Amino acid sequence: MKKKLLSTLLCVSMISAMLMGCGSDGNTDSKTPETNAADNKEDATAGNDAQDSAGNDAEAPANTSGGSVYYLNFKPEVDETWQEIAAAYTAETGVEVKVVTAASGTYEEVLKSEIAGSDAPTLFQINGPVGYSNWKDYCMDLTDTDLYASLSDQSLAVTGDDGKAYGVPYTVEAYGIIYNDAIMQKYFAMDGAVVTSVDEINNFDTLKSVVEDMQSKAADLGIDGVFASTSLMPGEDWRWQTHTANLPIYYEFEEKGVSDAEEIAFSYGENFKNIFDLYINNSTCAPGLLGSKDVASSMAEFALGKCAMVQNGNWAWSQIADVDGNVVAESDVHFLPIYTGVSGEENQGLCIGTENYWCVNSQASAEDQQATLEFVKWLINSDAGKDYMVNKLGNAAPFTTFGDNEKPSDPLAKSMLASMESGKTAVPWAFTVFPSQDFKDDFGAALLEYCNGNMTWEDVTSLVVTRWAEEKAAVAN
Amino acid sequence: MEKTLKKYFLVFTLPTLVAFAFAFIIPFVQGIYLSFCNFTTVSNAKWVGLENYKKAFGSSQGFISAFGFTAGFTVISIITINIIAFSLALLLTRKIKGTNLFRTVFFMPNLIGGIVLGYTWQQMINAILYSYGKTIVSDAKFGFIGLVLLMNWQMVGYMMIIYIAGLQNVPTDLLEAAHIDGATGWQTLIKVKLPMVMSSITICVFLTLSNSFKLFDQNKALTNGAPMNKTQMLALNIYETFYGKTGFEGVGQAKAVMFFAAVAVIALIQLSFTRSKEVEQ
Repeated sequence: MKKKLLSTLLCVSMISAMLMGCGSDGNTDSKTPETNAADNKEDATAGNDAQDSAGNDAEAPANTSGGSVYYLNFKPEVDETWQEIAAAYTAETGVEVKVVTAASGTYEEVLKSEIAGSDAPTLFQINGPVGYSNWKDYCMDLTDTDLYASLSDQSLAVTGDDGKAYGVPYTVEAYGIIYNDAIMQKYFAMDGAVVTSVDEINNFDTLKSVVEDMQSKAADLGIDGVFASTSLMPGEDWRWQTHTANLPIYYEFEEKGVSDAEEIAFSYGENFKNIFDLYINNSTCAPGLLGSKDVASSMAEFALGKCAMVQNGNWAWSQIADVDGNVVAESDVHFLPIYTGVSGEENQGLCIGTENYWCVNSQASAEDQQATLEFVKWLINSDAGKDYMVNKLGNAAPFTTFGDNEKPSDPLAKSMLASMESGKTAVPWAFTVFPSQDFKDDFGAALLEYCNGNMTWEDVTSLVVTRWAEEKAAVAN
Repeated sequence: MEKTLKKYFLVFTLPTLVAFAFAFIIPFVQGIYLSFCNFTTVSNAKWVGLENYKKAFGSSQGFISAFGFTAGFTVISIITINIIAFSLALLLTRKIKGTNLFRTVFFMPNLIGGIVLGYTWQQMINAILYSYGKTIVSDAKFGFIGLVLLMNWQMVGYMMIIYIAGLQNVPTDLLEAAHIDGATGWQTLIKVKLPMVMSSITICVFLTLSNSFKLFDQNKALTNGAPMNKTQMLALNIYETFYGKTGFEGVGQAKAVMFFAAVAVIALIQLSFTRSKEVEQ
């Protein structure tokens, strides 16, 4: 009998261990909603006071408040730089700055557990309106802060229903089709090249004929395929289900004159199919094998000169430059807009926007909030801070405090800035209103099934339409 | 002695009880409470009643299909793992050369973490499927077979060790008696050895059942649910619900509670069933 009892106990404890893992981070002093709300109010008023005094402060902040800063960083690739910045700021002002970086793809998870703890991040990051709706209880009103006032275009900020600013972007990014000019020039010099200059590629039809011609001459060009492999490994498909998908959704919204919608018709789905088919059929590997490819391997293919083009953003420069055996010259890396066959797209530019917004924790203490605001003010105002922002972090910071010579200098960022100044219509990032990660994942999974021949394009289209409506409805209530 | 024990009972057990309460009971109760709430973090929960449980069975949630896939996977792995492990144990309890080396080799996969195994097997399976122009995510059945293979490879060694211990405990006088009575090898196995190792079978079936049912790391690393969530198991489904979309943390939590209840019920039924077959030595 005793043995039985023991084994039953053992069994119960073992199987319930997993519930603990899923359920809680062991934070036992959970507040009730009521006290929480009260805290909110207090914090909000205290926070405003703090901002007022911060606004009157001189340029170089001093550690008068006694608060500290805790930044939960989103980008693992710049973790070291942030640690350096934290140390430099502490050395200069004496204010303690702690920077923690979440591992790639785990930001939401880390933020969820960190912000519930007693030592919560004071500065964190959201990815746009959808992120804001998730974190609005923790986002402080930034309307009266220097950070918001310094924005060169205040419409870039994430605003709540009350019209106030809750998230301020700290960088602007662009994506398009990155091409290797050395390979392009080699092609242009060949007999029977469709066009003789990249400038002539200004719509989908030209792009398609160039790409297909290049693919047929791949061996002569010394490449495996025109496009790098279309990475569709689960979790590695964001370049398509988010970035490429931005274009049809943007054009649909433009046509309807809206910036968000509960339901979409995916009326530009054929345009998505145009470019996607071009990617998968003129690539370094067969469509059926794409389920095993990740982003890093496609960037490596580009860096090693095995392909001429790859769709990605300016953040990918480090992934190209840091590959061992890299054969791509810095001066040969440029952007081409993603053409999808929409009429009038000759004037279309790159997709420019941001998914990186700073938010200040509204539930942190007033001292910490003030210290945090001073820290970000230092980052965008002081010479040292600006140097880190531009040269070390490579941010194209959208603030008035940055002069013309304070712009990042990597080739993709330069190409982005050139595109912004060329007068072409930049495509904004409509994907920040995509309903949820689930929607994107299902879209990506459908694309994979399409490549594997298990789904027709009609199936993909109807899945996109129904999943969008379902997820929008699910998130709304 | 009894008296002293009673006197100092609290002194000796209190620290453990407190630790147990903080690390286990309180989070457990809080976890159940949270499944009735709408929350972003554990400290800002709002009570919504049974709403989360209703949502959990929504058609787009994939909870039912994940349950089906998990159940199918569990049945297949329990059968394959236990048969292979028991056969290996029988082989390695014979007096053959290098027994210890083989035991170590078979046990080793169990020491490797699930994520690492998942990615390694993904590469290996893909390498084979490449020659047919396919990958592990081309078809759900590849993912299923892959998971079963991986689970077998990892668990067989551990179960084998338990079976070896059981087989070594079969009294030699019983075996000798059977031999003298003229029992064949097969009869000895079925009529003597099997009943005598029934307690090992209880443990092994329980361990494979609960491990297969709760499988997460390997599932996430090997296929991550692809294609179209067809190879998504329950734990991964809960994880995706929790982090996949705004405002669904409570639904994920509700699923976790139901998951717990399901595992508990199935495991208890299995325990009482196999226990009834055990014989006292």
